[in-house]
Amino acid sequence: MKDRRIYTHPILDFKRGKEITIFFEGRPIRAFEGESLAAAIYGAGVDVFRLSPSLKRPRAVFCMVGKCGSCIVRVNGIPARSCVTPAEENMRVERISDLPEASKYEKRLINEELETDVLIVGGGPAGMASAEVLCGTDLNVVLADDQIRLGGQLIKQTHIFFGSKELFAGKRGFEIAEEYASKLSKCPNLRVLSRTTVIGVFKEGIVAVSDDATYLIKPKYVVVAAGAYENHLVFENNDLPGVMGAGGAQTLMNVWGVKPGNEVLVVGSGNVGLIISYQLLQAGAEVKAVIEALPRIGGWFVHAAKIRRYGVPILTSHTILGVNGAERVEEAIVAQVDEKWNVVEGTEKSFKVDTVLLAVGLTPNTDLVRQFGVAMKYIPELGGLVPLRTQYMETSVENVFIAGDLAAIEEATTAFIEGWIAGYSILIKTYGEKEEYLTKRENLLKMLHEYRSAPVSEKVRKSWNLSLLTGGVAK
Amino acid sequence: MKHFRETGVVDLDTLIKMGYIPEETRLRAGPVAIYECVEEIPCNVCVFSCPFNAVSKNRITDLPRIDFSRCTGCGVCVGRCPGLAVFVIDISKEGNIGYVTLPHELLPAPSKNDEVVLLDREGREVGRGVVTRVYRDKVTRSWVVTVSVPKDLVMAVRAIKVIK
Repeated sequence: MKDRRIYTHPILDFKRGKEITIFFEGRPIRAFEGESLAAAIYGAGVDVFRLSPSLKRPRAVFCMVGKCGSCIVRVNGIPARSCVTPAEENMRVERISDLPEASKYEKRLINEELETDVLIVGGGPAGMASAEVLCGTDLNVVLADDQIRLGGQLIKQTHIFFGSKELFAGKRGFEIAEEYASKLSKCPNLRVLSRTTVIGVFKEGIVAVSDDATYLIKPKYVVVAAGAYENHLVFENNDLPGVMGAGGAQTLMNVWGVKPGNEVLVVGSGNVGLIISYQLLQAGAEVKAVIEALPRIGGWFVHAAKIRRYGVPILTSHTILGVNGAERVEEAIVAQVDEKWNVVEGTEKSFKVDTVLLAVGLTPNTDLVRQFGVAMKYIPELGGLVPLRTQYMETSVENVFIAGDLAAIEEATTAFIEGWIAGYSILIKTYGEKEEYLTKRENLLKMLHEYRSAPVSEKVRKSWNLSLLTGGVAK
Repeated sequence: MKHFRETGVVDLDTLIKMGYIPEETRLRAGPVAIYECVEEIPCNVCVFSCPFNAVSKNRITDLPRIDFSRCTGCGVCVGRCPGLAVFVIDISKEGNIGYVTLPHELLPAPSKNDEVVLLDREGREVGRGVVTRVYRDKVTRSWVVTVSVPKDLVMAVRAIKVIK
């Protein structure tokens, strides 16, 4: 079995917990306390985590953030998503080759009722920004986040951020996440429920579930900042282990220090695809190529230049036809496409790779916010089905706000700004139209507008108003 | 030459048109920063990082404007630019050797006097050089590396491969 751990890295120092032993299918595996169980198993060279229920096809990690279910295993007898389960000494992990059993779960009752002023769902940039604005006020705030570490996708961003000084420019994403996590931990009116999934909106309140508790939360205001899902792509054998979301690979590599693979093909040349390729080089992997179906590179030129100068080819007008391998990707087949997206015959090429990363966009995660009954609209330019909202981020349901990628697929900077705007909107509703809050909120709106004025944000800028609620619920 | 948005590689003509290449006399006078920031990115790290106020933007999405009379080629922006898109070139010394200062974030770590492989914008090996200066930027922790290169390659070399 291969050791996929990264021991030296040009930028990151991996702060690993105490060394422990866990057992995968009876075999002892070295792990580190508190790290993602999936990272520990994958890091020890395991390719197959489970088998699909009907066709018994091999499955392994894909999203690494608890959204896809591909890494479900039995942990001490109970089915669990291994990517969001922290490793503990002597954990017994087994493959599942059927549907997980419900009987293994204890009967759940509400353990705690929480009356709170504000519930923030999601601990990424948008959620943390709302919490920051509300910190130190006399509002009670509960922030529920379903991950092991706070910070959303920032924790795996090792590249330096663009922007202006007030917007973290020049810092790396994981540093911003660390700063915020530490700042929020000192916030007296904030309670963070980590590893807690907000599962639904009920008559009595909002239900959130963690491993050992179920909460019924009754908030006056809600900020849903649940982010987005990574998109998958249709091609032959696209479920084979080694095919991973680019974001999932980033989590493995940059949060837990585990190399996703040695020889990699990246599908998609947007910023995510370009950045993951550079990060793979930093982790010591070889990127065979980045392929892009469009005739032009999708992301910023500077991110493309960063990988080109180390010899990584970017093949525009190319698509992936399929992957082959027994228990893991061993080969990827790509081909050229014409302007009508038809495969050009005779252009098929084979790449010997063990990993294929999909960086083909994101879809807003509106699973929860829809349960409030908010008005939605399908706006492809914003990422698909999105909630309508006022410019102050309030949805059609009064006191339910949104911020971040579920409002429109953008980036961390705009997510922060929207989170702040939602926070100020709640302050204004609570304390009235104070000059200070109004000014700050207007300035943030200006900042958002300025940020979106870049040519690359044209799509979002032009479509933004399509999701605007007219009539304005919030002042 | 194909457009840089198709290739990920920018050519000298484009850089000249964007005002990123100083006059010959300025190039000969001493080290100077060459920006390869060719898209309107909402970012002004270079503006607030420059100790000599040599870089300006009106709007955050403008291309940076470099005042070559103020730029000393100090290299601070090389280590700070989020796009790793700034280089300092120096052809002011006598002889056939010039110098390129570039950002570096890969292992193995470069050290002074290392012989390194010189790479161009497409990752092609174009020669060998020697590291004459290296430090880690205190904000970004990127290495800022100065390498000696054949003088005619100062506009070509944009990365190094450290061999250890």
